[in-house]
Amino acid sequence: MLKRRKLEGPGEINAGSMADIAFLLLIFFLVTTTMDTDVGILRLLPPILEEETKTEVNQRDVYIVLVNDADQLLVEGQPMEITELRAGAKEFMTNPANSLDLPEKIPVTAAICREQIANYRSYVASATDEKAKQDFQKAMEKWEDKLDAVTLLGDYKELPGNAVMSLQTGSKTSYNMYVKVQNELEAAVTELRNELCKEKFNRRYSDLDEKRDEDKRIIRAIRMVYPQRVSEAEPVDLSKPKV
Amino acid sequence: MSRFKDDGKKGTPAISTASLPDIIFMLLFFFMVTTVMREVDLKVKISLPEASETQKLEDKALVDYLYIGPPTSKELGTEPLLQLNDQFARLDEIGPWVKANNERRQEAEVPKITRSLKVDKDTHMKIVTDVKQELRKASALKINYSTSRGR
Repeated sequence: MLKRRKLEGPGEINAGSMADIAFLLLIFFLVTTTMDTDVGILRLLPPILEEETKTEVNQRDVYIVLVNDADQLLVEGQPMEITELRAGAKEFMTNPANSLDLPEKIPVTAAICREQIANYRSYVASATDEKAKQDFQKAMEKWEDKLDAVTLLGDYKELPGNAVMSLQTGSKTSYNMYVKVQNELEAAVTELRNELCKEKFNRRYSDLDEKRDEDKRIIRAIRMVYPQRVSEAEPVDLSKPKV
Repeated sequence: MSRFKDDGKKGTPAISTASLPDIIFMLLFFFMVTTVMREVDLKVKISLPEASETQKLEDKALVDYLYIGPPTSKELGTEPLLQLNDQFARLDEIGPWVKANNERRQEAEVPKITRSLKVDKDTHMKIVTDVKQELRKASALKINYSTSRGR
């Protein structure tokens, strides 16, 4: 026996259990793995302003969505079901009937854009103050973006700059309801963008690829027409009597 | 003919399992590479609300998480609490937390940081609103309401 072993060297290690070991490790990683990338609704909070600036906002330019402690909706003073909110928000954004209660849409055409750009260009040239110059420069760039949108999409009607959908909640409103409302408002904008994109380019807005320059231009133009305007308003005490 | 008959008598040979370890190893490596270990121990119970209009958070390195929900251990009651990193936190600890996280990163990346709010769906808005106010005070304005992908 001894002699034979010496001749053959150490016997081969049995690799039969290799699979078992690998299985064990595999199961460990299967369990600990988290594949989920985080998804959610992205929002920008407004910065805190040092001094209270009261800006006069036209009633028709604000779409007020109140959610009370019992998760009930009050939209523009009317009780509403969550299922109707999307249509309501879309109506606010488009104002198809030119209603006086909804924001007045301002027509944007290439001629107006060119005129404004020329105006601002002369302002920039004549401005003496450095800050004023920058402001004019910014305004001019904004009009250039609009001109770009017009060349891509044709004349459109723009939402006034101060039109917002304002979402206010009570302190006992459930977070679930809050997210649902946010979701509906987001869906309204997405649907409008999709419709526009389908009409002009026969593609879905969500299929556009931001990494391609051509698509990026379309995305920017569509965002010009239907901007995302949900206001993360200052907390308001809903228990106080309504104004 | 007789040769074929002989084969039939033996039955089908057993499938070789010699390549099984290789297959398992392949899977193993896949999971080893894709795995991301959970960084924090959750001390609050969170079941996320559902939403359909969600966006993906692309760069995980630029996301900080705030957890809000009822604590997992019963002794602490059922009121929702805020968790930052590995421990419960008070509202006034959000400011320093934001600052610490900003300093950890390159200056140019700071405006791109998203704070993702992982909030239990049965939480009342009060604590969420308070947390949002604290984030505003700390000028952490880019936030994400984390949801599960519904429908």
